[in-house]
Amino acid sequence: MAATFHGVGATVAALSSSSSSSSSSSPSNSFGSKILLSSPSRSFSVRKRASFTMVRSEGSMNFDLNFKGRRAQQLIANAVATKADSSPASSSSKPGHELLLFEALREGLEEEMERDPRVCVMGEDVGHYGGSYKVTKGLATKFGDLRVLDTPIAENSFTGMGIGAAMTGLRPVVEGMNMGFLLLAFNQISNNCGMLHYTSGGQFTIPIVIRGPGGVGRQLGAEHSQRLESYFQSIPGIQMVACSTPYNAKGLMKAAIRSENPVILFEHVLLYNLKERIPDEDYICNLEEAEMVRPGEHVTILTYSRMRYHVMQAAKTLVNKGYDPEVIDIRSLKPFDLYTIGNSVKKTHRVLIVEECMRTGGIGASLIAAITENFNDYLDAPIMCLSSQDVPTPYAGTLEEWTVVQPAQIVAAVEQLCQ
Amino acid sequence: MNSASCAAKISTQPFSLNPTSPASHDRPLVSPKPASLFLGSTRKLRLSSSSKLNLHRRSGTVVAVSDVVKQKKSKSTHSLLITKEEGLELYEDMILGRAFEDMCAQMYYRGKMFGFVHLYNGQEAVSTGFIKLLKQQDSVVSTYRDHVHALSKGVPARAVMSELFGKTTGCCRGQGGSMHMFSREHNLLGGFAFIGEGIPVATGAAFTSKYKREVLKEADCDHVTLAFFGDGTCNNGQFFECLNMAALWKLPIVFVVENNLWAIGMSHLRATSDPQIYKKGPAFGMPGIHVDGMDVLKVREVAKEAIGRARRGEGPTLVECETYRFRGHSLADPDELRDPAEKAHYAARDPITALKKYLIENSLASEADLKAIDKKIDEVVEDAVEFADESPVPSQSQLLENVFADPKGFGIGPDGRYRCEDPKFTEGTAHV
Repeated sequence: MAATFHGVGATVAALSSSSSSSSSSSPSNSFGSKILLSSPSRSFSVRKRASFTMVRSEGSMNFDLNFKGRRAQQLIANAVATKADSSPASSSSKPGHELLLFEALREGLEEEMERDPRVCVMGEDVGHYGGSYKVTKGLATKFGDLRVLDTPIAENSFTGMGIGAAMTGLRPVVEGMNMGFLLLAFNQISNNCGMLHYTSGGQFTIPIVIRGPGGVGRQLGAEHSQRLESYFQSIPGIQMVACSTPYNAKGLMKAAIRSENPVILFEHVLLYNLKERIPDEDYICNLEEAEMVRPGEHVTILTYSRMRYHVMQAAKTLVNKGYDPEVIDIRSLKPFDLYTIGNSVKKTHRVLIVEECMRTGGIGASLIAAITENFNDYLDAPIMCLSSQDVPTPYAGTLEEWTVVQPAQIVAAVEQLCQ
Repeated sequence: MNSASCAAKISTQPFSLNPTSPASHDRPLVSPKPASLFLGSTRKLRLSSSSKLNLHRRSGTVVAVSDVVKQKKSKSTHSLLITKEEGLELYEDMILGRAFEDMCAQMYYRGKMFGFVHLYNGQEAVSTGFIKLLKQQDSVVSTYRDHVHALSKGVPARAVMSELFGKTTGCCRGQGGSMHMFSREHNLLGGFAFIGEGIPVATGAAFTSKYKREVLKEADCDHVTLAFFGDGTCNNGQFFECLNMAALWKLPIVFVVENNLWAIGMSHLRATSDPQIYKKGPAFGMPGIHVDGMDVLKVREVAKEAIGRARRGEGPTLVECETYRFRGHSLADPDELRDPAEKAHYAARDPITALKKYLIENSLASEADLKAIDKKIDEVVEDAVEFADESPVPSQSQLLENVFADPKGFGIGPDGRYRCEDPKFTEGTAHV
């Protein structure tokens, strides 16, 4: 992959993976396709990958990188930065349609609401305002004020209301305007969402989706920059997933809504304007599976959400320096996909975790424990974990930058790991 | 028990800031009865022992519940509030509640059940008065003091006792326990250990009812939800948040406050700035009613109207039932703080004794009828204990079964298979 690009500040880097659109008979994505076919329990999920991804940042750099999995020769040949194919002719000839991540979420939500009349949305400003990040824009007009319910500012109670509605037959999608606000709903999420199915002896299911944006944004201050995945991960009975691209955002949204389990879907404030071309046809992303972003040989880099882009940006530098990192977006924060992760560890023998969580008790900490427990013999070096500092996110831009892992640190960590 | 006296105080919207009657100018600090510890309801104490009508205590403008009250006021001895069948049904339900709870105490001290067990003795009128008016599809949400709510809603005594013994035949397979009674079949949505936690769930169930009617177009869906909770909960945020949402969207829910004046050892009056809970309803746009919770017929009359309101789509109601628990907060509570005089006072107002007296005085039932019911219930409770005793304890295979509705939620193991496909999973020994 000899693609070069110009990074713009700390913004995201381009990445993609593709499949030839002609092979519709079998899932043609690089990793996991064989597993999907052979394991009947997972054959329901079809994974067709997008053909390429473009990322819009403030600097409006557009990239077109085509990865074809392990077929390295094609990799290099196609990995050339080209101009954005915004010309109408080329857009219409390609399969699928282009959209931004928040639109992908909306599309997924809208499709599920059309498909099942029991799916409803609850949250602050989701209705008339269209959602503070526009994820529910237009839905209230289309589905009505009861199906897209503007709630008063009472997170604990409306989350509990969503749980009660889920127990009695509806499939609510509860939005936390910012993930941090869900701290107020912790009582309901922990006690009722996670546990009611069990304490009722399996009588009541809670097919609820709790979603919202979290993560460190642009100088939003400490309370709006929280990463709640570390707080919720111990709650038994819930699943947690984090989306990072328009493709998996739509796929995970749909899978979460269709799941009978309560699912918490973590979005990121800075990723809402990512642009990608996604398939027209119906698809979902498996809630329990990780995503192979870039296969490699030297080191396994595990990441999720926004840090995926920092990792990919570092990956470019690393490739230039001669390293071959394997990048996996773990996507499923609870439970971990130990198969994908394990296979990677068995291949590379070195693991670096890059996350935005706090160091203490974060997802990375759990991941280290899980990998050490299961794959210790395959490791040639101790697992490295780059997390955010255990610091309330400061307002000042420079300080904020230092609390979050930056690509340069990732490069340094890989170099250290591979010595 | 005097069903002719309108012991229900009603507070409606226009009067949210004014007392509903001249008499309620009583400030809590003024106690006409020195021995009384619950100043907010002293007036009620005085009047309940008399048979005078207290018409002046009602507010001028009345909505919803007023018709009920007027009806009671003009009741003559010829028209009774209940028929014989209803009377016996109410009696049986209250006796079941009482006998069951007494048996729980026995079983607890014999080491058959453990943990926190909260008994309902003395409050039976509230459970029976409300729940016996519901249909099967209506929902009930309770707190940790939920055994009798479960029984009133129709959960078999065997299932509840087994659950308390922690057996696999319990209504929650032994996984819930005393504080988490659930029944899908009977629409009992729990059983919650943290106070206030169930109120949003109840609000959600009411929301589903409205949603079914308006979005899913199930035109005949008029399911009502009852949320039971105590006086301590009325100082909790979830209570107020849900009053707001329920009134805002006119949800078919009734908020039933079982004000037994004590939250473990904290007197309601020491915890609450304005102890008159029913007044908090109009602040949110719903009627607030205070009723004598030791009188099952009065509770039933109020419940009829509140449930009717909800069914007709007119929105929620807040009903404060003044009641009392004869035992401590839980079986672990030595109950040393409460004044014996207070306990004696309420023991004299035992709802079961009162109903019995009413039935006999109004020739609705004979002593023999009632004794037959007593005996029948004794047998039911004995049978429940036997059944629970003989039931098996859960095996280890049950450990992981209900954590997720879709067990794929345990994820994919290192071998590529879902963990729930691991045979150890069904044995309960899998490491997840």
